[in-house]
Amino acid sequence: MEQVPLTHVLILSSTLFFLGIYGFFSRRNLITMLMSIELILNSININFVAFNKYLYPHQLEGVFFTLFIITVAAAEVSLSIAIIINLFRRFNTIDIEDTNTLKF
Amino acid sequence: MDTLSLLILIPLVTALGVLVSKKDQTIKLVALAGSILQLGFSVWLTLFYVGLRNAGISGMFLMQNSIEWFAPLHIYFRSGVDGISLSMILLTAFVVVGGILVSWRIEKQVKEFFFLLIFLSLGAYGFFISTDLFMMFFFLEIAVIPKYLLIGIWGSGKKDYSAMKLALMLMGGSALVFLGIVGMYYAAGVYGSAPTWDLQALSQIKLPIEIQRVLYILIFTGFGIFTAMFPFHTWAPDGHSSAPTAASMFLAGISMKLGGYGCLRVATYLLPDAAQELSWIFIILASIAIIYGAFATMMQKDLKYMNAYSSVSHCGFVILGIAMLTKTAITGAVIQMVSHGVMTALFFATIGMIYDRAHTRQADELGGVLKQIPFIGTTFIIVGLCSLGLPGFSGFVSEMTVFVGSWEHPGVWYKVATILACASIVVTAVYILRAVGLAIWGTIKNKEFEQLKDARWNERLATVLLVVGILIIGLCPFWITKLVDSDSLIIFNKLISVASLAH
Amino acid sequence: MSSYDLSSILIVLLPIVSFVTLSVFGKRIKPSISGVLGTMSLAITLVLALYVAYGYFFDFGMQAGAHVKHIALQFQWLKFNENLSIDLGIVLDPISVMMLVVITAVSTMVHLYSINYMHGEERFTMYYAYLSLFTFSMLGLVVAVNIFQMYIFWELVGVSSFLLIGYYYTKPSAIAAAKKAFIVTRFADLGFLIGILMLSYGAKTLDFFTLIERLTQPNSVYLASFAGSSFLGLSALSWALLLVFTGGAGKSAMFPLHIWLPDAMEGPTPVSALIHAATMVVAGVFLVGRLFPIFAISAPDALHIVGYIGGFTALFAAIIACTQTDIKRVLAYSTISQIAFMMFALGVSGWGEESEGFTASMFHLFTHAFFKALLFLGAGAVIHAVHSNEMEDMGGLRKALPITHITFLLACLAIAGVPPFAGFFSKEAILSAAFHGNSLIFYVGLFTSCLTAFYMFRLYFRIFWYNPVKEDHHNHEGHTWPMNIALIILAFGAVFAGLIPFGHFVSADGKPIELPFHLTFSIAPVLLGIAGILLAYVMYGEKNEMPDKLTASISGLYRAAYRKFYIDEVYLFVTKKVLFNLVGRPAAWFDRNVVDGMINGYASITTMSSESIKPMQSGRLQSYTMFFLGGVLLVAALLVIKFM
Repeated sequence: MEQVPLTHVLILSSTLFFLGIYGFFSRRNLITMLMSIELILNSININFVAFNKYLYPHQLEGVFFTLFIITVAAAEVSLSIAIIINLFRRFNTIDIEDTNTLKF
Repeated sequence: MDTLSLLILIPLVTALGVLVSKKDQTIKLVALAGSILQLGFSVWLTLFYVGLRNAGISGMFLMQNSIEWFAPLHIYFRSGVDGISLSMILLTAFVVVGGILVSWRIEKQVKEFFFLLIFLSLGAYGFFISTDLFMMFFFLEIAVIPKYLLIGIWGSGKKDYSAMKLALMLMGGSALVFLGIVGMYYAAGVYGSAPTWDLQALSQIKLPIEIQRVLYILIFTGFGIFTAMFPFHTWAPDGHSSAPTAASMFLAGISMKLGGYGCLRVATYLLPDAAQELSWIFIILASIAIIYGAFATMMQKDLKYMNAYSSVSHCGFVILGIAMLTKTAITGAVIQMVSHGVMTALFFATIGMIYDRAHTRQADELGGVLKQIPFIGTTFIIVGLCSLGLPGFSGFVSEMTVFVGSWEHPGVWYKVATILACASIVVTAVYILRAVGLAIWGTIKNKEFEQLKDARWNERLATVLLVVGILIIGLCPFWITKLVDSDSLIIFNKLISVASLAH
Repeated sequence: MSSYDLSSILIVLLPIVSFVTLSVFGKRIKPSISGVLGTMSLAITLVLALYVAYGYFFDFGMQAGAHVKHIALQFQWLKFNENLSIDLGIVLDPISVMMLVVITAVSTMVHLYSINYMHGEERFTMYYAYLSLFTFSMLGLVVAVNIFQMYIFWELVGVSSFLLIGYYYTKPSAIAAAKKAFIVTRFADLGFLIGILMLSYGAKTLDFFTLIERLTQPNSVYLASFAGSSFLGLSALSWALLLVFTGGAGKSAMFPLHIWLPDAMEGPTPVSALIHAATMVVAGVFLVGRLFPIFAISAPDALHIVGYIGGFTALFAAIIACTQTDIKRVLAYSTISQIAFMMFALGVSGWGEESEGFTASMFHLFTHAFFKALLFLGAGAVIHAVHSNEMEDMGGLRKALPITHITFLLACLAIAGVPPFAGFFSKEAILSAAFHGNSLIFYVGLFTSCLTAFYMFRLYFRIFWYNPVKEDHHNHEGHTWPMNIALIILAFGAVFAGLIPFGHFVSADGKPIELPFHLTFSIAPVLLGIAGILLAYVMYGEKNEMPDKLTASISGLYRAAYRKFYIDEVYLFVTKKVLFNLVGRPAAWFDRNVVDGMINGYASITTMSSESIKPMQSGRLQSYTMFFLGGVLLVAALLVIKFM
């Protein structure tokens, strides 16, 4: 069976990564930004899995890392959501433009 | 612990005493008692020193002591005194007592005020007794920081600006000094046996001229900023005019002397080759400062600005004397430091007393106050006459010593610089008499001035103390020359030995 | 220590003790007591001075046929280096002893006179304190052993003069006059100081007598050190001496530094008599006299310049004196003119055989002190009576002030050079010296002495004759006996001081000389003097139209002389316009804007650069991540380039 070449997978993951980056930069809504971060994390997960599969098929470190990242991402999401909710309570908005008190 | 450390210990204990005292009156009394004790101790120390010298004990510094402070960087608390530093210590003690007496009626944050005053004086005492460059720098910094607070909190006018300007410029000066002394520390490691901050050890090491040039310019300029050397003098007018009276007195009477002392003790003494080669730069700057400061003074209306600019002019004599590199001129520079310190402190005190009463310092708004407040008015005239170098007061002795010493230098351009410096005595007369004529003499312009009350006991005491200081130097100059002469001879001999090697 | 030494020390010390006592305890002493106290202490010094003078001239001063110097006291005060030190001390030699007598005599009279004149003044005690300070400084000046000691007391007399001119410190004109006097003389003292520095550098000493010795010996190494350098055709030594003379010219009000003296008349009149007529203003003459051997032997060219300046000033001041209407100003210009006589007498003098000019100068100094002090005190009595300085308010006062009138007349005769009054002898000696020394200066001097007679008698007739302003036959002198006593004693001096065989006592090298006296020579000056007096009588004996006609016919010259040849205006222009506006103001502006601007500039550059990078801290999360990403990409790119 002819395998899908590694480059294809990497192109997919990079596309996903930059989609995430784009989303993170262009969105003003914190929830959407959080979703973009998830995209970035997932693109990295794909990379880990792909490299594991193609470079070291007899090892499982890449897969483990993926699991770690998923776990951390879940924790991160719950924290972020908590922060966002607090932000919303305080500013009555979750627009990133309006929550810029962290300056000079 | 040795005798000399008491000079730091007494102010330290006084400062702590001020901190733990509760009532304002107690604080003032503690501060006054501490400073009077210190004055007495300084006088005793001087007499003791003279006794030691008379007993034939030689060596550059006496009562030396050395305590390890931070061994990895070779920092020791080294102390010792000679005639030059003792005259500075006496000056400081006089001015501190005077300053504390005139601030007797301060009401805002009394504890902090007196604490800072005493703390500042501690820095000055420490600076003058240190013979370790790092410790000198350490105490120099201690003497700078309180000034920022003193002006910023208790000042008047555009005090924030002035305090910031003063602190930044003096910090700039100490940065240059620090660069210089660190350079010296490492150079001592390369050209001597080991890196050291010890003044006496450093004086034995002969650095190559290329290094000396750089270090000399750095250190002399750095300390020069403290002495309000042209063109780095602009902190002085603003700082003095915004500072409360006692801070002005300390600033002009003590802090500006730190710079002169440093220029002499560190820059000139430790880097004699460069001093021989480059001192003309500072002679030019000093001549400019003397004449230009005097002319700028002539145009001032505010009495404090006037005195600040005249300080620039008078401190020019200090720089001139040091940079002329003759024994007499160096002695003259030291006497000028002491003389100017006492005189200008008294001048600021007098101006402060007038300001407290009349609520103005503008010479043209005052006028005729001699009739209402004869004591203060007469003091103003006396200190003015001292400032213009009248014989019998200290200014004459110091200026003439500088002039005669500068004239000893055989170079033609050095003589031109001396003539320029001499010419300032005319301009000084112009601005002093102008101020006396406008502010003290004349008829009372403002009806409110008819209610003015003359000096209170504390002010009279401070005035008498400082006037006595001026008169002692002015009438019996042989005491201070005897104290200072042998030490300026040591510095001079080092300069000479270099010059004779060069030719 | 002999009793003479002790007396000479006491002479100097008593006035300073009196000054300290009066100024420190001034408030606790009653004015009447302080006046008596001051006068008493001065009277004692006068007696001591006479005693010392007697001792010096007749007892111990003469050795081997010449008067030699005698050091009564000397101690080191301030040591500069091995060679140079300021010594304070007391030297007795002919001129200093003579000055001791003059100063104490005039000062005592002025102290006595002031008890009346200043009666009821608010700061009466301070007035006496200042007078004592002045007397002390002047005595210290004349007995100086060291050129720097002279400079010290030189400055002190300057400041006591300043304090006394500014005695009425609420009067703007007095303040201005005091400032002017101090600053002008201070400017001159700058020359003195630089001159001292030059002399001391060359001669390696500050001691007067060592200095004179080193700079007058032929082939001395010190003299050679001066010979090397010259500037504008004069040797360094001549320049040094001329600079020293500048100081003397300032105190002695020589042209062009004379401008302060007429204004100094703002002070109380007895002060003018003491300081600005008899003693302080002759300090310049005394200074040149003290250094006379150096001038005469080693730098005759400098001495000639002194002579020409003296000659010019004598004439110049006499012309102005003819036009002034304020009686004190007339006397002030007359003083300038008479001091210039002394100065040019020194200038035409030579050394050794030709040194009669020196003796003549000192002789005139001596006689002038008496009659000029008398004139001022008389003018003071007049002012006391009519409460005005202007001639307009006077006239016909001879009945109201009989004693003043007689003494004033005697003084006028003395200054006009009418025999046998004091001025005659000294002026004849000066003219004779000038005749032998320099004919140009001689003719100027001759003409000036005629002018002197004219303006002095103009003053006299205008005050005591003329037409009375108001009919007043009341005698004003009844209750002013201290004033009258002072006037009478001084009148004795003015009449008889000339009879002293002065050349026996005072001469340049100490050897007694005989002042020449030729009847034929003195005919011309005396006749010219009498002509001046007659002219004054015709014009001012009583009210007539001649003065107005005369002034109208030479109105240009008259106005110029009346405005003092606009010298004051020139000075005002130089100081106000040039120094204040072209130097002082730009200096202050430069400091505030350029130098301080530079410092503030550093601060603003720092602020600006901080402002310009501040927006990067926008608080926007996304821009932070953008920078972060940029950074990561940059690092990645660098790594790629590095390892590719």
